[in-house]
Amino acid sequence: MYNFDIVRPSSVADAVAALGEEDAQALGGGQTLIPTLKQRLASPAKLVSLAGIAEMKGVCTGDDGVLCIGGGTTHGTVAAEATAYPALAALAGNIGDPAVRNRGTIGGSLANNDPSACYPSAALASGATIVTNTREIAADDFFEGMFTTALNEGEIICEVRFPVPEKANYQKFEQPASRFALVGVFVAKYADGVRVAVTGASNDGVFRWTEAEAALSSNFSSSALDGMSVSSDDMIADMHGSAAYRAHLVGVMTKRAVAAAG
Amino acid sequence: MPKDHGIGASSKRREDVRFLTGTGNYTDDINVHGQLYVHFLRSDVAHGRINKVDTAAASEMPGVVRVFTGADFEGVGSIPCGWQVTDRFGEVMQEPPHPVLAQGKVRHVGDPIAAVVAESLSQARDAAEAIEFDIDELPAVVDMKEALKDGAPKVHDDLKNNLCYDWGFVEENREAVDKAIKEAAHVTTLELVNNRLVANPMEPRVAVGDYNRANDESTLYTTSQNPHVIRLLMGAFVLGIPEHKLRVIAPDVGGGFGTKIFHYAEEAFCTFAARQLARPVKWTSTRSEAFMSDAHGRDHVTKIELALDKDNNFTALRTDTYANMGAYLSTFAPSVPTWLHGTLMAGNYKTPLIYVNVKAVFTNTVPVDAYRGAGRPEATFQLERVVDKAARELGVDPIALRRQNFISEFPYATPVAVEYDTGDYTATMDKLEEIADIAGFAARRKESEAKGKLRGLGVNCYIEACGIAPSNLVGQLGARAGLYESATVRVNATGSISVMTGSHSHGQGHETAFPQVVAEMLGIPEDQIDIVHGDTARTPMGMGTYGSRSLAVGGSAMVRATEKIINKAKKIASHLMEASEADIELKDGQFTVAGTDKSVAWGDVTLAAYVPHNYPLEDIEPGLEETAFYDPSNFTYPSGAYACEVELDPDTGKVTVERFSAADDFGNIINPMIVSGQVHGGIAQGVGQALMENCVYDENGQLLSASYMDYAMPRADDVPFYSVDHSCVTPCTHNPLGVKGCGEAGAIGSPPAVINAVVDALQSGGHDVTHIDMPASPSRVWAAMNG
Ligand SMILES: Cc1cc2nc3c(=O)[nH]c(=O)nc-3n(C[C@H](O)[C@H](O)[C@H](O)COP(=O)(O)OP(=O)(O)OC[C@H]3O[C@@H](n4cnc5c(N)ncnc54)[C@H](O)[C@@H]3O)c2cc1C
Repeated sequence: MYNFDIVRPSSVADAVAALGEEDAQALGGGQTLIPTLKQRLASPAKLVSLAGIAEMKGVCTGDDGVLCIGGGTTHGTVAAEATAYPALAALAGNIGDPAVRNRGTIGGSLANNDPSACYPSAALASGATIVTNTREIAADDFFEGMFTTALNEGEIICEVRFPVPEKANYQKFEQPASRFALVGVFVAKYADGVRVAVTGASNDGVFRWTEAEAALSSNFSSSALDGMSVSSDDMIADMHGSAAYRAHLVGVMTKRAVAAAG
Repeated sequence: MPKDHGIGASSKRREDVRFLTGTGNYTDDINVHGQLYVHFLRSDVAHGRINKVDTAAASEMPGVVRVFTGADFEGVGSIPCGWQVTDRFGEVMQEPPHPVLAQGKVRHVGDPIAAVVAESLSQARDAAEAIEFDIDELPAVVDMKEALKDGAPKVHDDLKNNLCYDWGFVEENREAVDKAIKEAAHVTTLELVNNRLVANPMEPRVAVGDYNRANDESTLYTTSQNPHVIRLLMGAFVLGIPEHKLRVIAPDVGGGFGTKIFHYAEEAFCTFAARQLARPVKWTSTRSEAFMSDAHGRDHVTKIELALDKDNNFTALRTDTYANMGAYLSTFAPSVPTWLHGTLMAGNYKTPLIYVNVKAVFTNTVPVDAYRGAGRPEATFQLERVVDKAARELGVDPIALRRQNFISEFPYATPVAVEYDTGDYTATMDKLEEIADIAGFAARRKESEAKGKLRGLGVNCYIEACGIAPSNLVGQLGARAGLYESATVRVNATGSISVMTGSHSHGQGHETAFPQVVAEMLGIPEDQIDIVHGDTARTPMGMGTYGSRSLAVGGSAMVRATEKIINKAKKIASHLMEASEADIELKDGQFTVAGTDKSVAWGDVTLAAYVPHNYPLEDIEPGLEETAFYDPSNFTYPSGAYACEVELDPDTGKVTVERFSAADDFGNIINPMIVSGQVHGGIAQGVGQALMENCVYDENGQLLSASYMDYAMPRADDVPFYSVDHSCVTPCTHNPLGVKGCGEAGAIGSPPAVINAVVDALQSGGHDVTHIDMPASPSRVWAAMNG
C-alpha cells in the first residue's frame, strides 16, 4: 500500500467535492479497492469514504413499488432487508463471506463491474436504474464491458432502483477458488416480459441472453430453453473452465433459475 | 470406561487454550528492540539473465539502511541440499548451487533479486521499487518432458542438462520386471499426473534475525518444524557460524505440512543481515510471497503398469515417473520421489517384482519438496488407481481384487527393500466395509439417481512408512543427516517435570500427548508435566517433526529417558525405605516395597534428589535429569483402508463428497481424539488435492494460481462429516510404545479413494472414462463426460 489521505464526508455533496480533487477515489466497502491498494496496483492520493453518508444507505420501497437501495448499502443489509425482492436478497446473502458482506456495498460492486460479480446480473435482469449524483442511468446503458461502466470520473452511485418482478431467481455456479460466479444467471419475470442476465461467462462482462428472454416470455418454463444455447465465441476461458464449458453452464443455470423461480 | 488420563485418554489439547484465545506466540508476534524490516524484490520472470541491479537510488530512499544483492553473498555458502541421490548408473545427482540472493540468473518467478532493509516495511517496499534492474528474459522450461529434450533451455548453465538424476529401484529387478510384464496374462496401464500443490499453512513463514555484538551470538526466530536442522544447515553450510554462537528458536508454529522443514534463503538472509548491520532484521511473508517462495509439493507425471496372472494375482509392477524439482534443490527434495516413494510401491500387496524409475527434473518453477505424506501419497495414488483400473478391466470387485493380493504374513520383506513389521490389511478392510456401510451403497446410489445425480464409490488401501530410520541405513541412501530423536526429562525438586524434546509441534498437540506418556509411566497427573520444544538452546540436538515421526521416534526417546529416571528414582526410593532396589515398585506415583506396606511418594523422592541430606551420595549423583537419544531400527508401517462416496452432477460436472470413511491401523494410540483430528485434517487435504487444489504455471513459467482467487483451498463445506476408526491395532514391534504415526495417513489414503469414486460415478452414468486427473474440478469432469 502506498500512503494516501482519507476523508469521511457525511453528505453526497461533500463527497462529490472531495472527489473533484486530483487523484481522489471513492471508497465504498473497500472489499475490492483495499486489496488492490495492498498489492500496490493503485495509488490514489486521497480516498473519499462513502461509508458515513447516511443518505446513501438503506433499503425502502417507493410508492411505485420500486425497491430502492442506497448506493452505500452493504450486501449484509440487502440480504436482511430486501424482503420485497427475495431473489435479490438471496443473491446479496451469498456474496463472499460475512466479513465481505458486512462491508462491501452495492454501489461499489456495480461501479467495479467485475465480470464475475453477482450484482450486475441482478441490475441488468431487473432493468434497474442506477441513480448517481448527476443523473439516472438505465442498467442497459450502464455496463460497458469488463470493469467498465457509464460512470464519469468522480460520479457516485447514490441509489439503485429495482422494479420488483413477479418471479425471479439467481443461480450462481461458483468458481471453486474465489467463489465468485464462474457463471451466474439472473432471471426476472415481469408482466411485460422476461429478462435474463448472465455474469461470469463473457469477455464482455454481464450480458442479456435475448434468445432465452424471448422464449421464456412466451413460455416461462425451463423446457422452453430446450435445445437453446449461447455461443462460446466471446466466453472467458481460464484454468477454471473453457469457453465451451461456460457456454454450457449458461444454459444449465438459466434452466435452473427458471425452475427455481417457480 | 474410556481412560480419563494417561495413554489412551482423549485428553483435551492444552495448547488450544492459547491458540484459540489469541495468546499464542508465533514468530510474527516476536519483535526485537531496534528491529529493521526486509522486503525482497522478487523476479517476475521465470528465467532471465541479470545484467544489472543498480541499488544506488534505492539506497538513498527514506529509512533505507542497506540494499543487498547477490554480490553481497559472494563469500557466503549455498543453501544446502540435505540428501544426495545416486542414480541408476552409480553417479551422484547433479546438484546446482542455490545462492541466498540470485547471482547471474533468476530461475523462477519469486526468485529474490535484491533485499531492501529499512526502518519500516513500507519504506523497504518503496525503495524496492526504486531498484533499477536489467534482466534479459530467457526461454523458460516448465514441462518436465520438454525440459529433458536436447537443446532445451538449461535452468543451470553449469549443469550438463536439466536432469537431476535418473533413479532405478530396484535396479537389479529391471529386466525381470520387464520380462514378467511381457509374459503376463493381463497388464493394466495408467498414465497420470500427481498435481502440484501449495502447502498453504495458515501461518505464513516469518524470520527474525538478531545479533548480539557483546558475545558474538546470533539468534534466528523462524517458522520451522525443526530448529536444530536449521541451525546445522544454516550455521555450518551457509553462514559459517558455529552452533554455540547460533540459536534457532521456532516458537508456536501455525501449521507446516512439510513446507516448514526446509532451510530457506530468507532465514539465512535475516541472520546474515542482522550480523552485518548489528540490528535485528525481520521478514514476514505475505500470502502472495508464500505462493512463490514456499516449497511446493507433489508434481509427478507417471506411467504405471500392473501385471496380473490368469488368476488375477499381481505378478509385477513397473513405474516410470518424472518428478519436478523446481529451479533449485530444496532441503529434502531429492529424497521425496526416491526413498520416500519407490520404497512404498509394494503397498499392501504381495507383488513379487517391482521396478521404479524416477527422473528428477529441473524446471523454472518454485522448488518442490515434501508436502504432507511426501512421496507416499504419490506412490499410493498411482498404485491404488492402477489396481482399481485393473479390477474394472477384469470385471472383478475392486475390494475382492485387493483382498486377494494382500500381504498377510508379517514380518514381510517387500521387493522394494523394506520390511513391514506388522499389519492386518484384512482387518482394516473388514472394519472399513462396516463403518462405510459398503453394503448400503447400492441403495444410496438409487437415491442419488432419483435426484438426477450419479453416485460413485471408491475404495483403496494405503501403507505408509513413518519415522524414517535407522540413521546408518539412511546415510547409505544419501541422507546428510541422522534421523534419531532426543529427549531430556528434567524432574524438578517438587516433582514437576519438563520434557525437552527435539521434536517440534506445528499444531499436532505434542504438549498434550507427550505428557500423557510420561504421566502413565510415572503415575503422576499430566498437568505436572510440560513439554519444552522449538529452541536449540533449551532442547538437546534433535531432528524435528515430519514424516509422522514425533511420537514414534521422539516419543520413544522420551520413554527411554523416563525409564532412566525411573531407575534412578527407584534407587533413591530404596535408600529412603532401606529396602533392596529390586523390590521397589512404582505405581500411581508411589514407590512401594513389594510385600510390605512401606511407601514413599514421588515428590519425596524427587525432593531427596535435589536436597540430598538423606541420600546415598557415594553411590549416585544428586539430581534427577536424564537424556536419551533414540535411533529406531526400522520405519513404522501404518496402514488402512479408505472409502469415499461422491455425488456427481452430470449437468455441471460438480462432484461433492457425500461420505468418507477411514479405517486405520496406527498401532497403539496415545490420544484418540488427537489421532482423529489428524486423520480429519489429512482427509481434508487429500480431498483438496483430489477435487480442488492445483498449482498451475503457464508455458512461460508465470504462476497462474498465485492467490486464493485461483488456488482452490478446501473449506468446511467442501468435506462431509467423516467416519474414522482406529480400533484395528497391530502394535509396532520395534519401538517401546508400539506406535506407528498418524500425521500423514489421511492425506496419503484419501486422494485415490476420491478419484476411484469419481471414475465409478462416471462409469455408472455410461461414460467411458477410465481415469481423470486431479483435481477433478467441475470443468474437467464435464470435459471428461463430453470428451
Ligand atoms: C473474499 C471476497 C469474496 C467476494 N465474493 C464475491 C462474490 O461472490 N460475488 C460478488 O459479486 N462479489 C464478491 N466480492 C466483491 C465484493 O462484493 C465487493 O464488496 C464489491 O465488488 C465492491 O464493493 P465495495 O463496496 O467493497 O467497493 P470498494 O472496494 O470500496 O470499491 C470498488 C470500486 O468501486 C468504486 N466505488 C465504491 N463505491 C462507489 C459508489 N457508491 N459509487 C461509485 N463508485 C464507487 C471505488 O472507487 C472502486 O473503484 C468478494 C470480495 C471478497 C474480498
